[in-house]
Amino acid sequence: MTITTTKSAYRQGVLAGLPFVFVIIPFATLFGVIATEAGLNVFETLAFSVVVIAGAAQLTALQLLQENAPTAIVLVSALAVNLRMAMYSASLTPYLGAAPLWQRALCAYLMVDQSYVVAMTRFESDPGMGVPQRVAYFLGAVTSCVPLWYVFSLVGALVGAQIPEALALDFAIPIAFLAMIAPMFRTVAHVVAAFVAVLVSLLATQIPYSLGLIVAGLAGMMAGAQTELWLERRGRIHD
Amino acid sequence: MIETSTLWFIIIGLGIGSFGLRFVFIGLVGDRAMPAWLLRHLRYTAVAILPALVAPQVLWPAATDGALDMPRLAAATVTLTVGVITKNVLLAIFSGAVTLYGLLYLIG
Repeated sequence: MTITTTKSAYRQGVLAGLPFVFVIIPFATLFGVIATEAGLNVFETLAFSVVVIAGAAQLTALQLLQENAPTAIVLVSALAVNLRMAMYSASLTPYLGAAPLWQRALCAYLMVDQSYVVAMTRFESDPGMGVPQRVAYFLGAVTSCVPLWYVFSLVGALVGAQIPEALALDFAIPIAFLAMIAPMFRTVAHVVAAFVAVLVSLLATQIPYSLGLIVAGLAGMMAGAQTELWLERRGRIHD
Repeated sequence: MIETSTLWFIIIGLGIGSFGLRFVFIGLVGDRAMPAWLLRHLRYTAVAILPALVAPQVLWPAATDGALDMPRLAAATVTLTVGVITKNVLLAIFSGAVTLYGLLYLIG
């Protein structure tokens, strides 16, 4: 199904992004609560979410700040958690690179795990999509997520420590990511990539500053690429 | 207690750095062609990074100080299984959440 107008592309992006509303709300609230507990006021908490929009990196920074880590270490560690955004940026470039600079800058600011996954899944399965439609679809995918990220960071900061631990908000993100990963297993190469990445990430937990994640990600990407090459070669022999 | 000036330095520094990481390729490479080997690796970015991000949290959750936790492990398994079978993200999230809360209620 090819999208013909940018308006309908935007609408479809909004629809595809909607499931993540159920994830963003608890996660943003959790960040607000933790930030308040760390001593941030309401304005600081909201500013943190608006300026950085990266939950995992924000939580990493907060944790290290509370441990009185040196400022440089806080910055480097939190950015290391966000290094995957550079990989996302690279993998979106073939699809969005031809858009005007201001649109690419806007997409860069709004690049989060959810918008990236939703958009990539669509771009890969619909190669006929035009660049303006892709930008519209990408912006649609974040329309519900990003404002809710701001609003519920604020809500979390306002309700503070009144949220009981029994709500297990910590597990909202793992559940969301697992749900997003499942439909991505389209080929054997994708499964191999995920499997190798998981294995390496479990072995690499001792590597400091979350760099184990990057090592695991690179290992998974190489495994996927090599499997793809191997499958292609085998396919050619059988032709 | 976190110093206000330190906090703002971190917020602004992290804001600039995070935007830089997101902008570096899409903004600076633009529509110049990238080599095939690089594109072949980039195809597997999401499917590698997301599981690597989640796996330690599933096996060693911070909420239990790293101890293996039955409800969280079961919720993760159910979410992934329902997702793989149905390819429906929303249904997978709901199944996982129901499993998590159900078991936390029964066991916890």
